[in-house]
Amino acid sequence: MLTLEKLTYGVGDYRLAADLALPPGQRVAVIGPSGAGKSTLLDLVAGFLTPATGRILWQGRDITASPPNQRPVAMLFQENNLFPHLDLARNLGLALRPGGGRLTAEEARKVEEALARVGLGGMSARKPGALSGGQQSRAALARVLLQARPILALDEPFAALGPALKMQMLDLVTEVAAELGALVLLVSHDPQDARRFAQQTVLVAEGQAQPPVATENLFDSPPAALRAYLGQERP
Amino acid sequence: MAPRPLAVIAALAVAGLVLGPVAAVLARAGGWGTLGPGDWQALRFTLVQSLLSAFFSVLLAIPVARALARRRFPGRGLLISLLGAPFILPTIVAVLGLIAVFGQNGMVNGGLRALGLPGFSIYGLHGVVLAHVFFNLPLATRLLLQGWLAIPAERFRLAASLGLSPRAMRRTLERPMLLRIAPGAFAVIFVICLSSFAVALTLGGGPRATTVELAIYQAVRFDFDLGRAALLSMIQLGLALAAGLLALRLGTGDGFGAGLDRVVTRWDGRAGLPRVMDGAWIALAALFLLTPLAMVVARGLPGLAHLGAGSWEAAWNSLTVALASTILCLAWALPLSSRWGEWVGLAGIAVSPLVLGTGLFLIVRPYANPLALALPVTTLVNALVALPFALRILRPEAEAVRSEFRRLSLALGLTPAAWVRLVLLPRLRRPLGFAAGLTAALSIGDLGVIALFADPERATLPLQVYRLMGSYQMEAAAGAALLLLIFSFGAFWLCDRGGRAHADT
Repeated sequence: MLTLEKLTYGVGDYRLAADLALPPGQRVAVIGPSGAGKSTLLDLVAGFLTPATGRILWQGRDITASPPNQRPVAMLFQENNLFPHLDLARNLGLALRPGGGRLTAEEARKVEEALARVGLGGMSARKPGALSGGQQSRAALARVLLQARPILALDEPFAALGPALKMQMLDLVTEVAAELGALVLLVSHDPQDARRFAQQTVLVAEGQAQPPVATENLFDSPPAALRAYLGQERP
Repeated sequence: MAPRPLAVIAALAVAGLVLGPVAAVLARAGGWGTLGPGDWQALRFTLVQSLLSAFFSVLLAIPVARALARRRFPGRGLLISLLGAPFILPTIVAVLGLIAVFGQNGMVNGGLRALGLPGFSIYGLHGVVLAHVFFNLPLATRLLLQGWLAIPAERFRLAASLGLSPRAMRRTLERPMLLRIAPGAFAVIFVICLSSFAVALTLGGGPRATTVELAIYQAVRFDFDLGRAALLSMIQLGLALAAGLLALRLGTGDGFGAGLDRVVTRWDGRAGLPRVMDGAWIALAALFLLTPLAMVVARGLPGLAHLGAGSWEAAWNSLTVALASTILCLAWALPLSSRWGEWVGLAGIAVSPLVLGTGLFLIVRPYANPLALALPVTTLVNALVALPFALRILRPEAEAVRSEFRRLSLALGLTPAAWVRLVLLPRLRRPLGFAAGLTAALSIGDLGVIALFADPERATLPLQVYRLMGSYQMEAAAGAALLLLIFSFGAFWLCDRGGRAHADT
């Protein structure tokens, strides 16, 4: 269980509060108007921001004060998910050896396997610049496989891809998450993403991250805040 | 991600190396009574020559920059790149080139004599100003060109569609820009000329053409009056700080900016007269800048054969000093490449090399013979003086690397060593190469502290050129100057090139 316990965060006039729990292995969409705090919520979970009050717990363990790399979270950002000057083998190798040391034969084999798993077999010597946008996303996902963390935080990493490619990537995320048994948090501004991908949805609006609701129910009878976001009139 | 303790250590080292000598100078400074009339004269001369140099540099840069901004011609990009060259051109080389053109037996005086006109001497106030304009006209041109290119292209389109007259163009577009940029350019050049040493040493001198920096040198070397040297250093420090703060307030760009060879399409100035005038200004500027350099090459080639063992030894000293100060400067700059670090780095430029040198001389003297430490001290001061430029080049890129990859590195838990080795250094390759090139070239060409410390057995190449000139071995001096020119431009090219090769984007 990922528990956000009476969490608050604020900078200047901006406020975000969350009090909710997410079960392991679920696929959860985080949607809401831009600037409402979707990315902030992920940054709090991943450890890039520190909450003003409240606690973050994973399976009962308090991780509020842990640095990002010691949290059970692997994260994909909107951009810069790969170091452009390192080839894929080195980029992925950093997930296994953050000190930058040489990989053992066993580790190198794991890297190749992960690349093959996302459809990039034999491309370990390429640099990100020699890949298409979709392939770069796949490589980043392969690194998530190697990190093997129980929570996967995706901050709109596929926003720059076309619709068809984005759907492919979401399906691949579903597969990867299933293999890892990971809880996925997917930030998106596109309700279609939520419907296609997520079993549950967290709505972030008006300074509040709502507790998760089954995605279907949410869109079938949207509450006022979601209607406002979707641009739907009151019935 | 930058290892904070390293940044603090680097900052403390800069502060200590600047404040230590300043404190030594303050402690040793004699009373005002120790100053002779010659010293007040030096203060006046320093101010007058700086004002004149800055005034003429900016004034002449205006038509040149305007011409470069609105004309396109083959070689324009190359010429604009060449405008950056005086920055790394060793002063003594330029002085030799200027003497070859404007000196007693130079081309200009030769021409005047042939016409039966009286010649003129390059030594004294006008020689010093001439050399300063040679160095700073290109800088002023680059700064003003930046201003011209910063005027949005739409404005020129609008002016063209309104059919503004040339006068109206100047009033609505060019004058506001010049009023904004020119004062800053003037102030920067004024500050640079305030701490002029090598030019005054070679073209000035005597009671009527001595700068404060030169007076410090003479007080130490000839009179061995350390109290007076320290007091003069205090005056120089006050001058530089006051003028430096003024320049910061008026601040302009740094003229390093890329993209200066861009051309904005213009519809004005297509008539015959403006075209001829622009062409003439560009040709004159190019002639003024390139002829002295061409003369150095022409006169130096035969001189290369006359280089003695002393010159080769000096060349070796220069290369080792440059290598060491480049490494030191970059090791300093990397941890300091942040906003506050850049402020710390500015300390090195606020205090002139001669003041630093005098302070270090005072500190070292009780423990060791300062003359034996000439090369290490020169290395240190060169690194310190180049630090602000290295930081100016590195900081924006280092901050970009941090903002792009800090989160990814944190998420992966990269160790600080892995961050530096795998991310920071490879990403900074280009600016590191550029900064290393500048530092190495500046250090190779430096004629400042070394003059203060050197004994007859020890010299760097610039000092050797000066000594050869002083003993009227002009052929050997020309040869050594050419060697110096090759070294400094070669070092810059090698480092800059090394940074660009195989750089990934």
